[in-house]
Amino acid sequence: MYTQALSVESTAVKGAAEDANRVARFQARIDADERIEPMDWMPAAYRQTLVRQISQHAHSEIIGMQPEGNWLTRTPSLKRKLQMMAKIQDEAGHGLYLYSAAETLGVSREELVGQLLAGKAKYSSIFNYPTLSWADIGAVGWLVDGAAIMNQIPICRCSYGPYARAMVLICKEESFHQRQGFETMMALARGSADQKAMAQDALDRWWWPSVMMFGPSDKDSVHSDQAMRWKIKRFTNDELRQKFIDATVPQAQFLELSIPDPALKFNEATKHWDIGPIDWDEFWRVVKGDGPCNKQRLRAKQEAHDQGAWVREAAMAYADKRRARKAGTRVAAE
Amino acid sequence: MTDKNWPLYEVFLRPRNGLSHKHVGSLHAVDDEMALQNARDVYTRRGEALSIWVVASKAIIASEPSQREAMLEPSDPERKPYRHPTFYDIPDEVGHM
Repeated sequence: MYTQALSVESTAVKGAAEDANRVARFQARIDADERIEPMDWMPAAYRQTLVRQISQHAHSEIIGMQPEGNWLTRTPSLKRKLQMMAKIQDEAGHGLYLYSAAETLGVSREELVGQLLAGKAKYSSIFNYPTLSWADIGAVGWLVDGAAIMNQIPICRCSYGPYARAMVLICKEESFHQRQGFETMMALARGSADQKAMAQDALDRWWWPSVMMFGPSDKDSVHSDQAMRWKIKRFTNDELRQKFIDATVPQAQFLELSIPDPALKFNEATKHWDIGPIDWDEFWRVVKGDGPCNKQRLRAKQEAHDQGAWVREAAMAYADKRRARKAGTRVAAE
Repeated sequence: MTDKNWPLYEVFLRPRNGLSHKHVGSLHAVDDEMALQNARDVYTRRGEALSIWVVASKAIIASEPSQREAMLEPSDPERKPYRHPTFYDIPDEVGHM
């Protein structure tokens, strides 16, 4: 899944205390398309931006398991169930790759998870929408993972090495997710009238939230310029959004489903699809915690964390015991 | 909160025989055995490896970026070009060498 380009509560770190020469040398390395690795010097603001973005991305993967898990016990066939389990495992894996990448910047896993549980960290607001029918699982794979891929492929060339490398792994796996989703939609769209109606209903509900996944419009995006200069970001939100729309509209036509936007029109001059106005009020409402499932998602994460506490404790106690026993045996043998 | 940081491990995979193990990422585990199990689950879901290595991150001895110049500059090809085959001009008549 993915993180949206969002910096709602960022506090800019002042570069004033940093040696201007060092900052200039750092920027020169970035400009020369060099990669930055964990032990290299970097401006505090670069580090902070990456920690925020990578951890938001990781949280999105972890929370993203919930809307999918909702249908895991109710898939229409065993085949679909196996596919879903594989996909959900991938999301967990993606979350873990990303937490590891964030940790190379000097934050701990516990700290990041703590921020998520405390409601202080953001995750992609798309996961605050419910998956009401089986068709939603198809729509999530096709649209949400499709949007994620658009956003993630450029991050494979991000200036920060560990993030870029994690993204290469993720993109390889994400392609299966999107194809799986599209195929699920195709089965419904080509099925009975009721099944086709389910597919259309899912598209109607997921289209706009997916379009919003790319984050605020360029003219309202807080940190876009700096992120571009640092090559953390390679395209603007609006550029990526347009790529997604151009790729997805023909796919919807292939499915013979209609995109819920009466203003949608192919622009002969630009060769792009123009869309109607985006409801940014809804976007900010969901980002700020007032989406359909914000509370439910965090509560479920908190419950899972609490219920897993004894497992984590037991694993640690067992490891300690085995270490002690091993040490004891060694002493006895000597 | 009883949670404390679990030790960090680095994961290396050999995709197939004939290739060396390559670093793919890291993970947390309480001990070596769990690290190997977690490495399998997190980094090999699609036949990525014939062999897995896990190494406690604290066991890795790494060169210091601040020492890069003293430690690694001496091998800079610009300083010692004569260590490279292209330094030597061999007439074309001699043929491939």
